[in-house]
Amino acid sequence: MKSIEELKAIKERALKEISIRENENKVRIVVGMATCGIAAGAKGVMSAFIEELNKRNIQDVTVSMTGCIGICRHEPIAEVYEANGEKTTYIKLDAEKARRIVAEHIVNQQPVIEFTIGAAEK
Amino acid sequence: MVCRSHILICNGTGCVASKSPEIMAKLNEHLAANGIEKEVKIVKTGCFGLCEKGPIMVIYPEGATYCHVSPDDVEEIVNEHLVKGRIVKRLLLGDKDAEDVAKSLENVGFFARQQRVALRNCGVINPENIDEYIARDGYAALAKAVTEMTPQQVIDEIKKSGLRGRGGAGFPTGLKWQFAAQEVNDQKYVCCNADEGDPGAFMDRSVLEGDPHTVLEAMAIAGYAIGSNQGYIYVRAEYPIAVQRLKIAIDQAREYGLLGKNIFGTNFSFDVDIRLGAGAFVCGEETALMTSIEGKRGEPRTRPPFPAVKGLWEKPTILNNVETYANIPMILLKGAEWFASIGTEKSKGTKVFAVGGNINNTGLVEIPMGTTLREVIYDIGGGIPKGKAFKAAQTGGPSGGCIPAQHLDTPIDYDNLIALGSMMGSGGLIVMDEDNCMVDIAKFFLEFTVDESCGKCPPCRIGTKRMHEILERITEGKGEEGDIEKLETLAESIKQGALCGLGQTAPNPVLSTLRYFRDEYEAHVKEKRCPAGVCKAMLNFSIIPEKCKGCSLCAKKCPVGAISGEIKKPYVIDTAKCIKCGVCMDSCKFAAIEKK
Repeated sequence: MKSIEELKAIKERALKEISIRENENKVRIVVGMATCGIAAGAKGVMSAFIEELNKRNIQDVTVSMTGCIGICRHEPIAEVYEANGEKTTYIKLDAEKARRIVAEHIVNQQPVIEFTIGAAEK
Repeated sequence: MVCRSHILICNGTGCVASKSPEIMAKLNEHLAANGIEKEVKIVKTGCFGLCEKGPIMVIYPEGATYCHVSPDDVEEIVNEHLVKGRIVKRLLLGDKDAEDVAKSLENVGFFARQQRVALRNCGVINPENIDEYIARDGYAALAKAVTEMTPQQVIDEIKKSGLRGRGGAGFPTGLKWQFAAQEVNDQKYVCCNADEGDPGAFMDRSVLEGDPHTVLEAMAIAGYAIGSNQGYIYVRAEYPIAVQRLKIAIDQAREYGLLGKNIFGTNFSFDVDIRLGAGAFVCGEETALMTSIEGKRGEPRTRPPFPAVKGLWEKPTILNNVETYANIPMILLKGAEWFASIGTEKSKGTKVFAVGGNINNTGLVEIPMGTTLREVIYDIGGGIPKGKAFKAAQTGGPSGGCIPAQHLDTPIDYDNLIALGSMMGSGGLIVMDEDNCMVDIAKFFLEFTVDESCGKCPPCRIGTKRMHEILERITEGKGEEGDIEKLETLAESIKQGALCGLGQTAPNPVLSTLRYFRDEYEAHVKEKRCPAGVCKAMLNFSIIPEKCKGCSLCAKKCPVGAISGEIKKPYVIDTAKCIKCGVCMDSCKFAAIEKK
């Protein structure tokens, strides 16, 4: 270790790894992973969320799973919870849509209206 | 790779003993079976502190804390929590019916009242991964010290913080460093006392197991402050997990150049080596510890000269305890004012206690100095099991004393404990309830000192032996008039005459129990009665005829055939045959057996 910069670089890298263990209010992406969700392809959707967040180096968003949300015909479903508790429900997702949600909703804070349950049930 | 979920599982000695390695193996197996082994990371951590509820497992991002996890629970945890996202409520710590995880922990006073400084990383990071330590500001204090501060500024900061030694005596740490820094010598040493000999104390072990790098970092800071390039950690060989993690930590720190030559590109060089102790209590005494590091028989010597002047190999040396070191990086990072704002007027910061004995939440707690004993025992410790009454708390191990119920509201700090006739010691806290005999407790601790006395000086070698003999007599119902006074005379002589701190404090358990529970001693000596019903020689078991239904269960259970009688008529115990084991009393369904 020859400089403080080296130490800081290691810290940045490692912090990314363990930031998941902070119990703060963060943005959460929750993917429905009950039988209905898995059968409709939720697994690939969740992987796409994780990969895209990793690729973009986003640390303050967690991805977790939940059971059946109750609207199985709309699976795969993911819900984005803002830090203030507000929720957006996205339906009939695939990997490509998941990546767009990360880009538009998470990064640019513009919910992708066309994928939401509100748009589908109009 | 960032994982969607982290499973933290305690790998402290306590949880390892209750099968956490087996749980990890099963986790790996079931994660792989579900094809999610790449999304979920298993992290082995140090002690969470709640050893009584172990093995402890915490799953993030939900922060679900599972307790008493067994290898058989793993499949359910993986299938429910990790695959389907459903919390396994029956394993949750705290309120199992809460709506969510955060609410389940709301009423767990164990964590809420603690303030973690020395234990800040225990149970949070993987102790075998230096990167996780660095992520939590690890080695930033060392970087700050060697690149921005002069050695004197480091010492001044530690002095200003008011930090006192956590190993027992409470000597101001900054002052100790100042003395060693003032010495002019071509070689100085920094030593770490990880000998932790008090029965019941295990905070040093937990820091080494859960956060070994903090000790290395602090030792390097100390080396910079006093002008030393070599450190030694003296740790007992009975702590295999701690030794193993220290070795890994030292290797990683050397690889990163955080130990070794020209640290952070400066002229400062420092390295650390481990020396194993064989577990002798006396080797926790500073002069005996250094004699042992030199490869000689671990015996104390007279002071002065103090180690800061002539220590290891007659060179200026500082010796601090593990927990003391664990506070150092935080003081440099957050500032002396921050540290001094915690605690009482003369005792700053926090203190870790290893809480054991008759208490619900056995484990490690870190509290601000000045917290009362009542808060520790009832709010954090969860009170006494089976609703029994609190009798006394023993602090300071074999050098300390007992604090009775009337002093439960005394704020805990160095000076208050001394005033009560006990001491902080390394922070063992053993809780005793109404069923403990105080004479027996004093005898237990004295037996420990008799065994562990190194034998160099007669007051300790012979004096404690004689005291122990008197106590044995008293507990066997053979106490004589004048025994109590003899104990007091001996105790005073040993205090004045013994060579080292261990001998000088050895009579404390007897003196403090005499101070608060003299009536119990007198009952033993004069009435040949043990009020708590512990000392067997003075007990007699008998059957109360009115309550006995004549079921014959006790007669069947009695291992020596001392109980006889006819079915459906009251039975009797032959006291000549009875070995006072108490099996009859435990087996009787009608509470018809009494001991007096």
